[in-house]
Amino acid sequence: MAWFKRSKQNISPDSVKSDIPDGQWIKCEDCGEIIHIKQMEENLWVCGKCNYHFRIGSLEYINILFDKGSFKELDKKMRSGDPLEFVDTKKYSERIPATIKKSGLYDAVRTGIGKIEGKKIAFGCMDFKFIGGSMGSVVGEKLARAIDKAYQQKIPLVIISQSGGARMMEGAFSLMQMAKTSSRLARLAEAKIPYISILTDPTTGGTTASYAMLGDINIAEPNALIGFAGPRVIKQTIGRDLPKGFQRSEFLEDHGFVDFIVNRKNLREKLLLTINYLS
Amino acid sequence: MAKNILEFEKPIIELEKKIEEMRSYDGSLDIKDEVKKLEQKVNQLKMNIYDNLTRWQKVQLARHPERPYTLDYIYNMTTDFIELHGDRQFKDDKAIVAGLAAIDEYKVMIIGQQKGRDTKSNLYRNFGMANPEGYRKALRLMKLAEKFNIPVITMIDTPGAYPGLEAEQRGQAEAIARNLFEMSKLKVPIIVVIIGEGASGGALGIGIGDRILMLQNTWYSVISPESCSSILWRSWEYKEQAAEALKLTAEDLLEQKLIDRIVPEPLGGAHKDPVAMAATLKNVLKEELAQLIKIKPDKLFQNRIDKFGKMGVYVE
Repeated sequence: MAWFKRSKQNISPDSVKSDIPDGQWIKCEDCGEIIHIKQMEENLWVCGKCNYHFRIGSLEYINILFDKGSFKELDKKMRSGDPLEFVDTKKYSERIPATIKKSGLYDAVRTGIGKIEGKKIAFGCMDFKFIGGSMGSVVGEKLARAIDKAYQQKIPLVIISQSGGARMMEGAFSLMQMAKTSSRLARLAEAKIPYISILTDPTTGGTTASYAMLGDINIAEPNALIGFAGPRVIKQTIGRDLPKGFQRSEFLEDHGFVDFIVNRKNLREKLLLTINYLS
Repeated sequence: MAKNILEFEKPIIELEKKIEEMRSYDGSLDIKDEVKKLEQKVNQLKMNIYDNLTRWQKVQLARHPERPYTLDYIYNMTTDFIELHGDRQFKDDKAIVAGLAAIDEYKVMIIGQQKGRDTKSNLYRNFGMANPEGYRKALRLMKLAEKFNIPVITMIDTPGAYPGLEAEQRGQAEAIARNLFEMSKLKVPIIVVIIGEGASGGALGIGIGDRILMLQNTWYSVISPESCSSILWRSWEYKEQAAEALKLTAEDLLEQKLIDRIVPEPLGGAHKDPVAMAATLKNVLKEELAQLIKIKPDKLFQNRIDKFGKMGVYVE
């Protein structure tokens, strides 16, 4: 079959990319379709041709889910304290301000309270662009407080995960955030207050192994990578290629760890329907 | 015994060998004096070396192939052990051993990761790396302990939860998450002891408790120094630096207020005298149990929320 493959870059249809004016058009990472940014926004950052869900941030999710102007952010400026004075190829104390500047975020989660169709919801949403959406002390503490808001005000909790796992630069402190958030969720559950976990691409490591898997209902976006160990590590361990679709949303639904998969355009409606059944 | 000598132990072993040789000459007084001097020197050397171990050297001690494992502690600390198997769902995970035992007057449920001593037993034990059914077995037995008001002791010694294909299929993440959730509200006391390696979520999966103890030469962190090196430095060569950066020793964690207590080991590490080590740990556990059983069951949950709630450093 290789005879028919185009080997020269310059005759590939992909090369039209260079003709696209910067910032106006986006190429689908999956099918290569060129989409105008306006159309993308209208389509909630989903490719109209192949249904590929682009990774979006907490602000976009807030806009998608909440009634306009209803969202009040909590603990917005909480930032990492660098407890280990961690240094790898870069100082963590320098990495943090640099990432804050670049991303416009203070850490990898945004929390707050908002309304969906007038219904009050305690909410947390992670941001992958802040050090891989990694969970350190700030993520743990902000989520714990959001859970407490749900507990105190007896309102449903929704957390959207998007994370590579626990943050290495805070060592065991990061690990303990799994304990912190899970114990708070246990108290919330005792009070019979619903918690919906939404898993987006990617959700792995300590994040999956704590709050992301503990929803009364676990919802996933299509084709999101969800797992404990990363695919590369697993491949190394078992010494063979991984099956197609392994650790994707559909795989998790198939094995019973996700209640259902929902397209982003139906997320708000399905979420609200679910919450209304439980509260 | 010569097969498992760590690099930094070599000068000690050499001196000890010399003493042994001189003793075999026996006889004259002169040599006896000489031997005594050498023995003093060895002791001095040991104190020097073991008091000044780097973090990476402690990681090596924590992984020492002769180090006592969960079953050694069960054997040396408890009587009438009945091993209990299986998660009642899928199978019995050999990487986690569990059962009922008596520590003098206390009935306890002991649950811990178990490594093997050689290739064959390591394959049987999966190198102490549990699959989801291991965490589910642990949870089943904790619930059993709760039902009959028996305190739980967990022993952590794992290079991590098993990163395998089937482990993912059966929900490794869900199994660990469920344990964190359920252990938080378990209505009997839980004492957690890190006896060797405490690697990441695989360790924490049986690591929620009222008292968290670490043996002196153990480590506990979010990732192993090797994996940390490979991710942050993009090379396996920086494990020493990674160990330093992660601040993962018992002393570090006590200072970070993430654990409650360090249990001292015999000079040179737990493997130098497993019986003495077990005796020390047994006394510590009895002290802790005596305190914990006084706490009302309903209070335990709130205490754990507060305990783990305090962990973390941030700026507001």
